Amino acid sequence: MAPRKLIAAALAAAAALGLAACGETPQVTVYKQGKYQGKPDTKPWDNDPKANNVYTTSAWTKGDKTSWERAVNTRALAQNEYTRTE
Amino acid sequence: MARMKFLCDAERCIECNGCVTACKNENEVPWGVNRRRVVTINDGVPGERSISVACMHCSDAPCMAVCPVDCFYKTEEGVVLHDKDLCIGCGYCFYACPFGAPQYPQAGAFGMRGKMDKCTFCSGGPEKDNSAEEFKKYGSNRLAMGKLPACAEMCSTKALLGGDGDVVADIYRQRVLKRGKGSEVWGWGTAYGPGGAPKGAPAPQPKS
Repeated sequence: MAPRKLIAAALAAAAALGLAACGETPQVTVYKQGKYQGKPDTKPWDNDPKANNVYTTSAWTKGDKTSWERAVNTRALAQNEYTRTE
Repeated sequence: MARMKFLCDAERCIECNGCVTACKNENEVPWGVNRRRVVTINDGVPGERSISVACMHCSDAPCMAVCPVDCFYKTEEGVVLHDKDLCIGCGYCFYACPFGAPQYPQAGAFGMRGKMDKCTFCSGGPEKDNSAEEFKKYGSNRLAMGKLPACAEMCSTKALLGGDGDVVADIYRQRVLKRGKGSEVWGWGTAYGPGGAPKGAPAPQPKS
């Protein structure tokens, strides 16, 4: 590679590095009255029940809200000891 | 779906503070903060009642209404959560809440107030579910694991019920029907024997 091209490439790289700070995201929050301003949250049913090898008795299909609700409600019913003792 | 709710059965609560301990352990709650507390009315007097209190995840939450930076949000399951990255620790939500749920860890010198911390119904916050960041800021996300809040699941007498409002209401309804009606509903007979004055006791005289 010619030294000229090498210098040009080095200059381009230096310019890219120098301008990298210009891409900084704004750090001041612009508040909109009455609207949640924070980050979005993941829905519980969008998690994989087998993820992270977490022990759980609940099983649902990832992304299926109804199956997650069914799993959680089944677990909630276990709080009723009358169903176990009678 | 109904909304996620807690229900505490005052007859069954024995003030063991197991729910408080379970919550502290599950979420590694900051020092000086109790997301859940057991409140006892008429402590030491026959007929005392205890109830476990935390954020009630109100349908029309006053904390959401007063927050000046709008850091609160309500999930589809009816859980009131907040973004700690936005919270400025002003304390308005503490004044607005009728249950004293929002609390502030001491952060830094001179008793400086940190970001608000409260019960999340064990459903974390606006970070990647079950990530280290989420656990550090908000604690455990049991709902994302298909579990229910640790306090309710750990309750030894099952006084504290947690889950879908319809489901816990059905459980409580069945209990009340089993117990019958009258004072026994509140456990007076269970704790102190049959009601009324003891046999042979003199009738109470009006004070002159």
